Amino acid sequence: MYVYDEYDQTIVDQRVTQFRGQTERFLAGKLSEAEFLPLRLQNGLYIQRLAPMLRIAVPYGLLNSTQLRKLAEITRTFDKGYAHISTRQNIQINWPRLEEVPDILEHLASVQMHAIQTSGNCIRNTTTDQYAGVATDELEDPRPYCEIIRQWSTLHPEFAFLPRKFKIAVCGTTEDRAAIRAHDIGVELVTNTSDEIGFKILAGGGLGRTPVIGAVICEWLEKKHLLTYLEAIMRVYNQYGRRDNKYKARIKILVKAMGVDAFREAVEQEWAVLKDGPTTLTTGEIERAKTFFTEPAYLALDDSQARSALKTQADADPVFANWVKRNTEEHRVAGYRIVNLSLKATGFAPGDVTDTQLEVVADLADQYAFGEIRTTHLQNLVLADVQMDQLYSLWQQLQKVGLATANNGYLTDMICCPGGDYCSLANAKSIPVAEAIQSRFSDLDYLYDLGPIELNISGCMNACGHHHIGHIGILGVDKKGEEFYQVCLGGSQSKDASIGKILGPSFRQEDMPDVIEKILAVYLELRTEDETFLDTYRRVGIEPYKERVYAKAH
Amino acid sequence: MPRLIKQGAIVEDQWQPPDPEGSPASNQQILSLQQWLALDDKSGRAVQLEPGETPDPLFEHLAEIPLVAINFPLFMDGRGFSYARELRERGYNGELRACGQFLRDQMTYLHRVGFDAFQMADESGLEEALASLEDFSEHYQAAIDQPLPLFRRRG
Repeated sequence: MYVYDEYDQTIVDQRVTQFRGQTERFLAGKLSEAEFLPLRLQNGLYIQRLAPMLRIAVPYGLLNSTQLRKLAEITRTFDKGYAHISTRQNIQINWPRLEEVPDILEHLASVQMHAIQTSGNCIRNTTTDQYAGVATDELEDPRPYCEIIRQWSTLHPEFAFLPRKFKIAVCGTTEDRAAIRAHDIGVELVTNTSDEIGFKILAGGGLGRTPVIGAVICEWLEKKHLLTYLEAIMRVYNQYGRRDNKYKARIKILVKAMGVDAFREAVEQEWAVLKDGPTTLTTGEIERAKTFFTEPAYLALDDSQARSALKTQADADPVFANWVKRNTEEHRVAGYRIVNLSLKATGFAPGDVTDTQLEVVADLADQYAFGEIRTTHLQNLVLADVQMDQLYSLWQQLQKVGLATANNGYLTDMICCPGGDYCSLANAKSIPVAEAIQSRFSDLDYLYDLGPIELNISGCMNACGHHHIGHIGILGVDKKGEEFYQVCLGGSQSKDASIGKILGPSFRQEDMPDVIEKILAVYLELRTEDETFLDTYRRVGIEPYKERVYAKAH
Repeated sequence: MPRLIKQGAIVEDQWQPPDPEGSPASNQQILSLQQWLALDDKSGRAVQLEPGETPDPLFEHLAEIPLVAINFPLFMDGRGFSYARELRERGYNGELRACGQFLRDQMTYLHRVGFDAFQMADESGLEEALASLEDFSEHYQAAIDQPLPLFRRRG
């Protein structure tokens, strides 16, 4: 993974010093609430319903074991002993004290971490595929480009006061695991007709109040132009994005208002000035970035031997067999598997992880996975490089700390924002709804029979829980001071991305498990063989679900 | 006389602020974009841009403009950062002045995008604002103060 040199360290250290001064001025009454607001947001600090919340950047979801131990220490020293993985692969702590935040940032800087631009109207943490570098369907590793974008966007002088927040995601695989079509800018590694790898650039995707699937702005861009092209897009947005209404300020509204062609033309005009300038990437820089994401020291393993040994272990222990089937994935390298650690155990808030669990995962990463851990936008953790013959002992240790729930990709592996329990923006709670659904559908055989289902819950229209692109989406709404929940169906975050359709009038919290059960029953009745939930929905449409859910009780 | 930061020092202002409603009192008065556009002879005349007034009309006249002021009526409105860079990238060499409600915490960014003069709404903050220019000694991006990005300078 990327390692700071003295330049990176200086920038992060000086940022901590700057923020310490800003916090002191605020506490001394020399900086008003309104002035301090964007400054603290751009250092990850929200003031929430109950306490401040600090969002720590995990650039493109990559962590080493030292960083994980430091995070455990921070949650114990400055917080309540647990952290939360966000849908942008970042880590949030919910109970820091404002005056201690500069100290927390200093701790983070000591392990090459920060909270820069994890909030505010600026370019946020760049996200990518949690299986980057190990996926079997990867054209090229996206992480060197993520790091190049991270450096370019960090404290960018021109784009720190944008009309609204700005999110970039990069993907390099056939299957899009980074939801790039739901981002302000999506970057996809693709080949052109002469088989040369470059970037497809999408813009204007986003969730929130007005969910939009991103449009292709450039079909193929030569690699060296990545940053100048991004800068041109940003410049058009910074100058022409709406600033009179925060709900219409995202780039998706600008792209819609101008029309994709006119927007592209405006970008090309700006690009004409920037193209081939000093920000043009050099081969040396691309190569330098790549050196941080080289292969770990894989052993040369015999794949068929490893598979048959694994099968013997699996045959002897069906619970282990099931976990291997559900929570591990094919690896690019013979004899290895990708392992998903589920943070979706019933009874725990989705995405929450304790200090002890963080420390155990750090140890396991050192022992089994080259000391590297990934966070996912599905709010889980990943050990990307585990030898097949070590899966059994890894699984046994994960079980001891509650990280072996075999539900990866199934209904109970839901995305859920912190909601009204923590967030001051929320209209409704989301965690209790997630827990009620998890409890109702805890029968694993039933879950597996349902097949892959993405259920996403947001506590308000800001859509941090990505409800629009869940196969089943749940949105908390406020109806005259009461918390209600709207359901939408048929969303998808993959390359066939789609925005879910609203089922009908919203429901009370206590009715939600029944509503979901009815929706699932319709699917089970109507599905043909091998059809997933999404397939069936796309074939039969929303009506059968609507009829069942809103049928008058007899 | 009002004071401002200019090229790293606190100096007295030689220009009068714009009066968009009145007629310009002297050649030392900064003009609104409307007033400036109406001039037949623009040489030696200063102009102030407001948010929403993109700098395109100035591009043809860059050599004859001694001062472009860019107003930040709200410090959260960052359009002026792009305006400044657009002007400098097209070769504008005169004074580029930030004025209005910007914070000392934005000084680094303002300086990086090409501002060399800073007129704060509250003059008592000038010394501290000057000190804020020293907040960062290194930057990743190419900008006006450092035309090469860090990746072209790394050893």
